[in-house]
Amino acid sequence: MTGYILRRLLQFIPVFLGTTFIVFFLAWGMPGDPLAGKCGDRECPDAFVAAATEEFKLDRPLIVRYGYYLADLGRGYLGRSFTGRDVSEQLLAAFPATIRLALLAVLIEVLLGVTIGVFAALRPGRTFDTATTLIGLVIIAFPGFVVANLAQLVFGVRLGWFPVTVSDPTSLCELLLPAIVLALAHQVTLSRLTRSAVIESMQSDYVRTARTKGLSEARVVGVHALRNSLIPAVTYVGKDIGGLMAGAVVVEGVFNISGVGGLIVQSIRSHDGITIVGAVTVIVVAYLVINLLVDLSYALLDPRIHYD
Amino acid sequence: MTDLLQATPRAAKDGVEPRRRNRSLTGEALALLGRSPLVWVALVVLAILAAMAIAPGLFTNVDPQRCILLNSRKPPAYGSWFGFDIQGCDVFARTVYGARASLAVALLATLGSTLIGGALGLVAGFNGGIIDAVISRVTDVVLGLPTLLGAIVILATLGNTGGGVLRLALVLSLLGWATEARLMRASVLQIRNAEYVRAARVAGASSLWIALRHVLPNAVAPLLVLATLSLGSYVGTEATLSYLGLGLQPPTISWGTAISDAQPYLASAPHMLMFPSLVLTVTVLALVMLGEAVRRAFDPRSR
Repeated sequence: MTGYILRRLLQFIPVFLGTTFIVFFLAWGMPGDPLAGKCGDRECPDAFVAAATEEFKLDRPLIVRYGYYLADLGRGYLGRSFTGRDVSEQLLAAFPATIRLALLAVLIEVLLGVTIGVFAALRPGRTFDTATTLIGLVIIAFPGFVVANLAQLVFGVRLGWFPVTVSDPTSLCELLLPAIVLALAHQVTLSRLTRSAVIESMQSDYVRTARTKGLSEARVVGVHALRNSLIPAVTYVGKDIGGLMAGAVVVEGVFNISGVGGLIVQSIRSHDGITIVGAVTVIVVAYLVINLLVDLSYALLDPRIHYD
Repeated sequence: MTDLLQATPRAAKDGVEPRRRNRSLTGEALALLGRSPLVWVALVVLAILAAMAIAPGLFTNVDPQRCILLNSRKPPAYGSWFGFDIQGCDVFARTVYGARASLAVALLATLGSTLIGGALGLVAGFNGGIIDAVISRVTDVVLGLPTLLGAIVILATLGNTGGGVLRLALVLSLLGWATEARLMRASVLQIRNAEYVRAARVAGASSLWIALRHVLPNAVAPLLVLATLSLGSYVGTEATLSYLGLGLQPPTISWGTAISDAQPYLASAPHMLMFPSLVLTVTVLALVMLGEAVRRAFDPRSR
């Protein structure tokens, strides 16, 4: 087990370096003048160019700047936006809302996805299974921002069941509608995965054994079949956190939630590249760490998995 | 393509039980597809959309760039089915003309990521060793970066420097090839040691010839399935990026920009939002249905 964790941590290092390098490269290494357009329509004044070159070390090679970037990242400094605000401070203020939204969305996603998946698997090919498959296809076809806008229009503006936008700091209650919107599309794949995994384990030897022992059907499905079917589901939820965070950018923008996604949307509108890069870096790092935890959690779910 | 032309009518003639002999996996899958009514519905919808993209003038006489401010936010009425947007442009005309940019980005991005991913996957799977190790690690890294977030960083950095459809398609291809590469590699690995490949090797064929003539045609099916599925998701991604103000920019007409423009007037003029959203969703739905049907048809386990 310790060996596995160590090996997994070692594998994590190149992926971490590679991913942060890509984000850094996309932001600073692309061809073209990184200061272009930063001073409106005019040419940037020499003093500004000198100051920016000094601050972002634009005269150094890319790889050296990447080193500085990593060192800054290590001590939690993500730079200062062109308007002079500390990006880390802004992110710290924004994170609680996003974490709440993401946790609530994952909770809804898992509840809906696993429930629908299990019930569809109990009678594959019957009405419930077919109906949820078709509805799922329709849900996937709706881009997230369309769902968010429609939900805001129908449930917020017309019916008045939910607040149209969210206050700062947010309460869980206000976040319910955005979280449902966010979870809706991701729930579909999860329920499909759970469905096929449960169907497979329902035909396995251990389920037959559980049945012959005379266990109730609820216990056979809920404990013996479901627990062994959760591995693909957990993998998907972990891998999907990245997609969920990308979705959060849109949903937070629509519902005016002052989270990391909302910060990204605002920064896009004000052309504040440094804040965007900082926010995306933090999301990507969080995503990599969550995936590492997901990999490590397999042992708890499936006792057959040994790590050595 | 010739398979498609041959397989479909033959399946129809033979009825329920098609002749199994002489039929490749691909041929059989296409015959299966031809029998599904959902596939035909999706194909008809996509044909209409393709016609819109190629010749929007067939669907509307109204010039989408001719906007009369007096008509601003007027709701749907006779003669203007979808109403007018904030600038007083006809929403129906703009939705029709928006098909071209939206579909072009999706098509080019799918083509780009399939070519990049397919080539890298083929090279990695066929050669193995150090080349495989390097390509696979790079693939892991690119997979670690969600496409939308990566695209936000690039497009925000590049700023509004023009390039439109091509630039967006290029960005999406550069970020989206990793899944394709992994799939292609896995499928090449399965075929690499097949007897016909070994036979070709013994017969003295060069590596390049074997890779292109023997491995590629037999390994490409899963990649094509994924390509069909990703078309739909790229239409959605383009719309999302344009919606965020990073994808296509006005004066390019696209569904994403239309929906983005409509958002502030959600309460007072919902028609501005509804119609482009509806067409966008129907497009993605048709592509997803087609992709899902193709996936099932090519998956021997679902037969």
